[in-house]
Amino acid sequence: MSEVMDLPGDDEEYASGVVKKFMFVNRKAPHGSIYALEVLEMVLISAAFDQDVHLAFIDDGMYQIVKGQDPTGINQKNFSKTFRALDGYDIEKLYVEREGMEERGLTEDDFLVDVEVISQAEMAELMNGMDVVLSA
Amino acid sequence: MLHTVNKSPFERNALASCLAHATDGAAILLIEDAVYGATKGTSVAAKVEAAAAKCKVFVLGPDLAARGMSEDKLIDGITVVDYEGFVDLTVEHSVVQAWL
Repeated sequence: MSEVMDLPGDDEEYASGVVKKFMFVNRKAPHGSIYALEVLEMVLISAAFDQDVHLAFIDDGMYQIVKGQDPTGINQKNFSKTFRALDGYDIEKLYVEREGMEERGLTEDDFLVDVEVISQAEMAELMNGMDVVLSA
Repeated sequence: MLHTVNKSPFERNALASCLAHATDGAAILLIEDAVYGATKGTSVAAKVEAAAAKCKVFVLGPDLAARGMSEDKLIDGITVVDYEGFVDLTVEHSVVQAWL
């Protein structure tokens, strides 16, 4: 005799198609460490689960979406192009913190994707409204 | 003395500490995430400008290009070097201090 097993992911929540508010908080510059690329991998995976995905770029994380990156000279992958493909996965909620831009001398024109520039206080509010926050 | 710095000035104090310890005429080479410190208009630019006036400040070109930091955004007085230039700097200076 065999029992019917519950498959992983076949729980009530998954079956009912609950959509959670996810936020990926990017705080690391793109090429000096592996964090930025790893978060981007998580973002792409989350897209497969039809979640309500938000991307926040604060501190050095906003350097990930700066235009004109060419890491061929340091033998690294130019994953900045992938950010331009995110709208194809219905990931269009990208936020950059104004205070961090000012600290780094960056303007909205420096970014390769459309973003919403918000204040630190607004970012804090946004974070508070999330169901899941993953930060690196 | 050649000083090398490889950390973003907005995340670590390696650049600030290096600049505070570098004496007149020293060479300072910004590599990896430290190249963000070589750009104009940042909150650390004034300190880097002051350093460029009394030291020789260099930045590694391939690391700038990787990060999309164009050379026209560089603080005046900073010299871009390639990997060969990096090697030359280490040969010219008997002591190299890496600010990690």
